Formats: sequence, structure tokens, C-alpha cells
Amino acid sequence: MFIINCPYCGEREQSEFKAGGEAHIVRPKQPTELSDDQWAEYLFMRKNIKGIQFERWVHTHGCRKWFNVIRDTSNDMIKAVYKMGEKPPTK
Amino acid sequence: MTKNLRIKTSKFIDETYKVSFKFNRKTYYGFKGDTLASALLANDIHLVGRSFKYHRPRGIMTAGSEEPNAIVQLHSNTSRTEPNVRATEIEIYEGLEASSQNCWPTVNFDIGGINNFLSPVLPAGFYYKTFMWPASFWEKYEYFIRKSAGLGKSPKESDPDIYEHKYIHCDVLIIGAGISGIMAAKIAAKNGFKTLLVDEKPYLGGSTIYQNSEHFKINNQLSSSWLEKEINEIKKIKNLEIKTRTSVAAFHGYNFLLARENLTDHLPLEQRNNKTRHRLLKIRAKKVITATGSLERPLIFNNNDRPGILLSSAIDKYANLFGVVCGEKNVLFTNNDSAYETAISLYQKGINIEAIIDNREEIDSKLIKEIEKNNIKIHKGYTIVNTFGYKRIKKVSIMKLSKDGQKVIGSKEYINCDCLGITGGWTPAVHLFTQSGGKLKFRDEDQVFIPNIYPSDQVSIGSCNGDFTLDEILSTTPRILKEFLNLKKIDYEDLEIQSSFNKSKRNIWLLPSDKVIGKTKPFVDYQNDATAKDIKLALREGFRSIEHVKRYTTTGMGTDQGKLGNMHALGIISETTGSKIGELGTTTFRPPYTPLTFGTIVGRNVGEYFDIFRRTPIHDWHVKNKAEFENVGQWKRAWYYPKNGENMNDAVQRESKAARDSAGILDASTLGKIDIQGTDASEFLNRVYTNSWSKLAIGKCRYGLMLNEDGMVYDDGVTTRLDENHYIMTTTTGGAATVLGKLEDYLQTEWPELDVYLTSVTDHYATISVCGPNSKKILSQVFPDLDFKDEHFPHMSFKNGKIDKIKCRVMRISFTGELSYEINIQANYAKAVWEKCIEIGKKFNITPYGTETMHLLRAEKGFIIVGQDTDATMTPIDLQMDWIVSKKKYDFIGKRSLYRSDTIREDRKQLVGLLTENPDEVLEEGAQIVADIKKSPIEMLGHVTSSYYSPNLKKSIALGVVKGGKNMMGQKLIIPMENKQINVTVADPVFLDKENKRLNA
Ligand SMILES: [Zn+2]
Repeated sequence: MFIINCPYCGEREQSEFKAGGEAHIVRPKQPTELSDDQWAEYLFMRKNIKGIQFERWVHTHGCRKWFNVIRDTSNDMIKAVYKMGEKPPTK
Repeated sequence: MTKNLRIKTSKFIDETYKVSFKFNRKTYYGFKGDTLASALLANDIHLVGRSFKYHRPRGIMTAGSEEPNAIVQLHSNTSRTEPNVRATEIEIYEGLEASSQNCWPTVNFDIGGINNFLSPVLPAGFYYKTFMWPASFWEKYEYFIRKSAGLGKSPKESDPDIYEHKYIHCDVLIIGAGISGIMAAKIAAKNGFKTLLVDEKPYLGGSTIYQNSEHFKINNQLSSSWLEKEINEIKKIKNLEIKTRTSVAAFHGYNFLLARENLTDHLPLEQRNNKTRHRLLKIRAKKVITATGSLERPLIFNNNDRPGILLSSAIDKYANLFGVVCGEKNVLFTNNDSAYETAISLYQKGINIEAIIDNREEIDSKLIKEIEKNNIKIHKGYTIVNTFGYKRIKKVSIMKLSKDGQKVIGSKEYINCDCLGITGGWTPAVHLFTQSGGKLKFRDEDQVFIPNIYPSDQVSIGSCNGDFTLDEILSTTPRILKEFLNLKKIDYEDLEIQSSFNKSKRNIWLLPSDKVIGKTKPFVDYQNDATAKDIKLALREGFRSIEHVKRYTTTGMGTDQGKLGNMHALGIISETTGSKIGELGTTTFRPPYTPLTFGTIVGRNVGEYFDIFRRTPIHDWHVKNKAEFENVGQWKRAWYYPKNGENMNDAVQRESKAARDSAGILDASTLGKIDIQGTDASEFLNRVYTNSWSKLAIGKCRYGLMLNEDGMVYDDGVTTRLDENHYIMTTTTGGAATVLGKLEDYLQTEWPELDVYLTSVTDHYATISVCGPNSKKILSQVFPDLDFKDEHFPHMSFKNGKIDKIKCRVMRISFTGELSYEINIQANYAKAVWEKCIEIGKKFNITPYGTETMHLLRAEKGFIIVGQDTDATMTPIDLQMDWIVSKKKYDFIGKRSLYRSDTIREDRKQLVGLLTENPDEVLEEGAQIVADIKKSPIEMLGHVTSSYYSPNLKKSIALGVVKGGKNMMGQKLIIPMENKQINVTVADPVFLDKENKRLNA
């Protein structure tokens, strides 16, 4: 069970959070303009990386805020957390 | 004939405190401080069980948690019975009753022993190969395998003991209180770290604490005396907590560990009542110091499993710690110096040693010189080729090893004995380290895996780090700790150490015999009866990966997880395949390190606390009025209210009829409620529901369907506009939390520009639903100030009302298709309002109804239940609810998916009504629907989703999903059942009042 540093609350147990899949997938502004394939790309296609992965997490049993996490899926080490709408740290 | 096997030298045993216990129904005596194993050995009992496959007699092999053989069942046929207890770990207490587990009918005469003679036909993978065919026979095989396999028996009564969980946060956790753990505890605690020291044993000091040899000294004192002083000192340090009888079961990432603190297992049963038995400690440590020590390796030779064969270090421990002699004619068999430590301590106690057999040819150390000085015969460069004695070892035969160690040469000699101590060197206990994600490296000099890469802030010290000798431990440990804890000056930097241990070792994984391997039994895994021969067979049959060999031969898969023999299995694979051990890698060590009881894992979450349940504020009334309850998510909901011995069907038929004929009342408090406020609330609803919300007037209600982005129906409910920028949304009972979560997700991540605030108010408001033709009359009396005239209070509208001073929200909405009102009221007033409605409704025969009647009534009207009539594959179009999907709105969640190539298929499963040919025949929910029964294979068109007998229509009605069902109106279909076929006709899913006359009455 890892520890996540919620950008709003600070360090908390993993059990307070829920994972929300890959980060930085923006919902298309004009879905009706998209072909079936383009829409399917948005809807279904997700990466499953062994290594550094950008993820969404929500502090379900805390502030209820969504934020982004950079996690190494091979050892669960969290490299960074940052708020929704912010750019991932470059280092 | 009783031998005196006690030597009065141990201060760990209280010989003034006699303890009686039973083993296999016979009474024996031991002393306070004994384990079951030490007490049995003191009574000259070695034979304690039978092996798993061949049912060979097996004896106590070790003195610790690695024990593979001495597995017993405690207190058979009582509520406190426990299987798989290691005799080497359980401390005896007055009244202890233990029995051998793996034998039938008795340990001395065992029917399964016949397998030993059949063993040529019981090779590795035997169970897989033989009992698999024909598959239908498995059940018969299984009965006999289980009966003879001795898996232990679980208790039949509920557990009378109390268990609990506790969270601990500390700066430094030290696992293991051997000499290095004690040193670490002193250094950490004295330097201000909040420190926790745990050890699985009841005493501190590991194996050094009973080490009384002149050959090992610290600061010119016996190592045990020196350590004892250190222990007394650390006990006084304030910020150090010490927990004995506490074993760490799991070491997870981020230094999160689980440990089991054993509080009462050493007490007589009558002293355990109302005490916590085990405590599961959930430890989060900033730093972890692993000092788990090492396990002695056995040697792998022909018939190395007879009772009376023990690890050499175990013989030493029984003599020094428990004052018990394991045998009167001892032989030791070794490939390294540690057998000589045992020999010296036995010799000093006057215990007879017949001979020492050493694999090594040229050896020289102080220890060996002392043995030779005392005229104990050492057979250098020899190996044991066989052992004799069925229920107890009687004799060994030895031969000289060839130069390369692969063969035996010369003539055979025999040595009589009643106890054989074996040692193949030491294996660091790296189990917890690898559990934490640590990576090992292989050290070629002495063929051990040691910690290499640490995944978290932790370090290993002492022999679990590969430092086996006293001088290595004492010189390395302070240096490691100084760096790990970032300290300038520490204790122990200038210790004077005397250690006579020579590190030379001759490692031969599988010792040769004069017989061919096929005729020998060199056991690698004692508990699972896997021999070196089995491993070689697996390799011959093409298995290469250590994980596959393990599963095929079952090596390392017992309750001891192969703590003794895993290294040898690896060694034999490496030698046979010519690969390097370091490259083979080890098998995965999984938690728990030693087994945990279910009670420990569950803690206090038993009985009514096993899974929490939620009650509505009207719950007590339902109980008082004899409702039967149904679990809906975590809620307890009134299911039906049987009267005068009614069964469920009778009650539901009565309730349903009453609700349509006059009046019914339902507790709908469990519906999810979300308060939505903000200037963009209307726009938000437009985006999350399929229909349009911009034009909904204040005071009006609207039904909405919510989709997932894939176009599939996700939730539904009525939302009411309370004010310009204020709505109250209802969700399904089960969907409340996930709907809120999903709405929050979109608000925060996709549409942060919207000014909308969501608050869950499910628990804050109770909902009372009153329906039926007389509901208006009842409500008019409950709310005398409100105008209930249809033109002022039409269907799908809302008014604020008051009962006395209590504010209520009254909605005219219907889930039954009947004239119906819902009262939303602050939860703590709910029961009073409910009772008022019942009181006033009496003259209209108001009938409380439960969820089952609610389901029946809505099915009559063709209203869906999300999750019953839908699964995650139904679009609104599939549900024939095209009317609710806005054509005008540019976008809403799921819209684009409604015209994907897959969702526009004509032959999707679609919701239809089903009427049976025989109106009294009620279909089974979940039954398959087909058209052509003769076609092979039969094409499954769909299934029945809801089915009831309608008392109002006086016929059976059902909803179902059928491929292309929309265009099959009036068509005949078949429901094939086990012993009959039911003919049905596809019908409109709205069975009652399609014109909505009742709703608007
Ligand atoms: Zn938070």
C-alpha cells in the first residue's frame, strides 16, 4: 500500500484514493465531427506501460479532488503529483 | 525404561513449574518454557507425523518456524481447534492437546505408508498425470486423496476468540531481536528515533543468547553474557517499544508491514476468555532494519528424512535453550564448521558423540582441534550414503567422496546412532526483503543469495545480510547502521571480538550415493515429499523455469514455503542444466512469511460488523411491523410485510393490489440524492442527461437517463428544479456514490469552467412515497395548507409544504404508474411523518409495501430498473426509449456512441414485453429466449430480465431483452426450461395504462 501526496491535503494512505486511469486524455470538444475510428481511439485506447505512467487519481475519502500522478508501474514509486490542468513537471 | 533426557543447565526452563499436556491422547509432562517439540523430545518422542505423499514416518527436524514435519492439530473437535501448528513454535501450557495431523488411522500404523512401497509409481507430477483422466473420476480420487493427505481440520464451530487490528507509526522498525537486532535497537533508540523491535520468539537475543562457548567472546565476556547485559539496558530506553511473540507476515512497498502479535496462544485455555488472542499490527515505518537471521540448510542425501534426523543447530538449541538431549548416540554430518559448535556444546554437557562426518577433506580450525583433542572421530572427506531405522534412525552408512564430489569411492562403513545432526551451511532469511521488492545477488564463495538493491528506506543486517560469523556481524553491523541512520558516533565501534569460526565450506547440492539416483530418496522438500529425483525428472520432461519446476514437483509449496530446501532445488537445477544459480533467480516468496489465522486477518470485522449496513430513518417501524428485509447495496430495505402467516407471493399480491385499488406507502429513502447548485446547473444537466433541461420551469420535475461515454445506460432518476440555479437529483439506490463520483470527475477535469457545486444529501433526506387513487386525499390531509388540485399541482411538479413547523418537499412523481407523491423530509423527522401518513391513511386502507411490490408495480407500467433490465450493453434505443434522447442537443455524455457502427445494428438485444401462452405461468428471471428449438446449436436470442404475476392484470407479465426484438411484436418465441418449453408472445413492454390516465387522475 503506497502513500500518495495529495496536492490539496498532503501525504495519505493509498486506501483513501481511487485510480482513474490514464491522464491527459482530453474529451473531444466536437465529438459529432469525429469518425467512428477517431471516437473509438478516445473511448477505448489506453496505454498500459511498464515503467513511468501518467495517471489520474481522486482523493475519494478526503477532499474529493482529482489530480495527476506520475508513477513507475514496475515498482509503484510515485515520481510527482500535480493538479488538474497543470503541465506535468519536466524533470 | 524412561531415559533422562533433561540436562539441568538451562535458565530458560522453569523446572519448578511442571506442565501436563496430551499428544495423540497420551499424557506427558514438560516444563514452563518448553515448546511442544522440546517437551516431546524430552519424552523421547521423535516420530510426530507422516509425510504428505509417501506417508513416511517423520520427526521433529528443526527448532523454529521453518519446521516442515512436526505439524500438529491443536484441541481437535473443539471450537478452538487449529490445524497446521508447528510443534517447534507452540509453547506448552497446562491442558494443551495436540495430535499428529498427517496420519490415518494412527501415527504408528499408517495406511498411507503403503505409498512408500509404491513410490516408484508415484513420481513428480503423479497427481497431475494420473488423477486427471478421466476427468469425471476426479471427485472420487479427491475423496481418498484428501482423507489420507492430512490437510488438517478446520473448526466446525465459530471462533470464540477476539482478534484486533492496530496501526503503528514509527521512525525505525527492527525485525528480529538477535544480536544484530538488539544492537540496532540500542543505536536507533538512543539516538532519538521512535523505535519498534519485534521478534517471533518469546525471548530476546536470538541464538547468541544461549551461546555459552568459550570460543566466542565479546569484550572478553561470553557472548551470551554480553548480550544479556545489552538486553537489560535497552529495556530501559523510553522511546523503544519491544514486542515478542510477534512475527512479521508481510513487507509491502513504502515500508508498510503486517505483523501478528500473539497474545494468548501460550496460556491455558481457561485463562484466554475475554482476552485478545492475536493482534494484527499494520506498521508504517520511516525506516526498516531487517535482522531476520538465517536458516540452517539440511544436506540432501539418500533417506535424509528419518525421525531422529535434525538440523545440527536445532540439536544445539534443544540442548542449550531447553536443556533437552535429542539423542544418546549422536552423529553429526556437515560440510562446514557449524556442526563443531554443536559438537562442543554437546560434549561439554557430557552428551555422547559417536562421530562427525565432514564432506571436507582438508580442514583446520580451533573448533576442529578441540574436537580432535577429545578423541571424537572425524571422517574427513566422507558422506552418508544411506540411513536405517523406520520410526527412528538406528544407523548410517558412510563412504568416501571422490575428488569432484560426484561419486563415492572405497568401502562402506556403518555407524550406529539414535540421532543425526545435519548442516549444509546457512541461508540468509531474505524472504521479507524480497517481499518488499528487494533484488538479490548471488554470492559464489558460499553459494548464498544476499540483499543487493533496496526498493525503500531499509537495510538488512546480521546473517540475513550474509554475515554469518560473530566477528563479521559485530564489525559490519555498526558500520551499516551508522550510515543508514546518518549518525556521527555510535556504540559498538570498538568491540573486542574473539571468534574461532572458519568459513570454509564444501557445497555439494546433491550428495552421491552408492546406489543409482532412481533407487534413492534424497528429500529436498520434506513437507511435500519432493526428492532430488523428482526435480531431475521434471527437468528431463522439459521444465526449465524454476517457477514451473516448483509447481510440477510441488517443491516449496507446503505451509513452510520450502524454507529448508528451496536453495537445494535451485542448486540441483543449476547443476543438471549447467546454468548459473544467480541467473536462475529464486522463486517468489509470498506473504505471509508464516501462516496467519483467518481471525487475525478479519480482526473485529465479524458478525454484524463483517459488512456494514445502512438503515433508513424509518427502519425501526419496518422492524416493528414485521417486514422482511432485502439487501440493496449496503442498505437494508423493507422487502415485503407478511401478514397472518402470508408467504412472500401472497404478501406481494396483496400489497400490489392495495396500492392500485386505494393507497400504498413505500420507504424510498435509499434513493441517491444529489443537491446541485450554481449558475451553470442547467447547462451541466444538459451535458450529463440525454434529454434537454434548459426549459424546465422552476417547480417542475423531469425524468432523465444518464449514459456512459460508450452510450450505455448507466443510471436514471427524477431531477427537480427547486430554484433558478438549484436542482435536486435522484439516482438509483445502488448508483448514488458512483454517479456523484462520475459527475465530480467531469466537473473537475473536463468542464472546470462550469459554475456548479455537487453535494450528496442521500442521508440527509428521507423519502416517503404514497401512491394509489386515494393518495391525493391522504396528502391533502397531511398537508392541509397545500393546494393539490391537478391544475395547480400536476404530475411532474413540486411544492414546498409544512407539517407543523417541519419543512417538506412534496413531488408529484410516480415510479408505479399510479397517482403518486413523494415527500422529501429531513431524516430525523421521517418516522413521525411516515406514522402520520399511516394514521391518516387508515381510512383508505393505506398499505405499506416493500421493494418487491415496487418492482412488480413498475413492471406492470413497463418502467425499467437500471441494473435489472439493463446491463452495461443497453443503449436508450435498445430500451425503446428513443423519446428521451434529445435530437437537438449538440452534445451530451455518450451521444457520439449512439451512432457507432455497433450501436446502430438492427439486431442488438432490445427490451420487449413477454406474455406467456398460459396466463398463469410465471417465467423465471434469467431464462433464455429462443426462436427455433430444432436448430443446432440453438441460437440464444436473449433472456428474461423481470417477471411477475400481475394481480391487477390477472396474468403473468415479463420483460426481456431479445435480439431485434423491436421488430418482433406479436411474434411467438420459446423459453426452454429443464423439463418443459414455455411459449411466449413478444408484446409492448407497457402492460398497464399506456394512456397515463392513472398518473394524471
Ligand atoms: Zn486531498
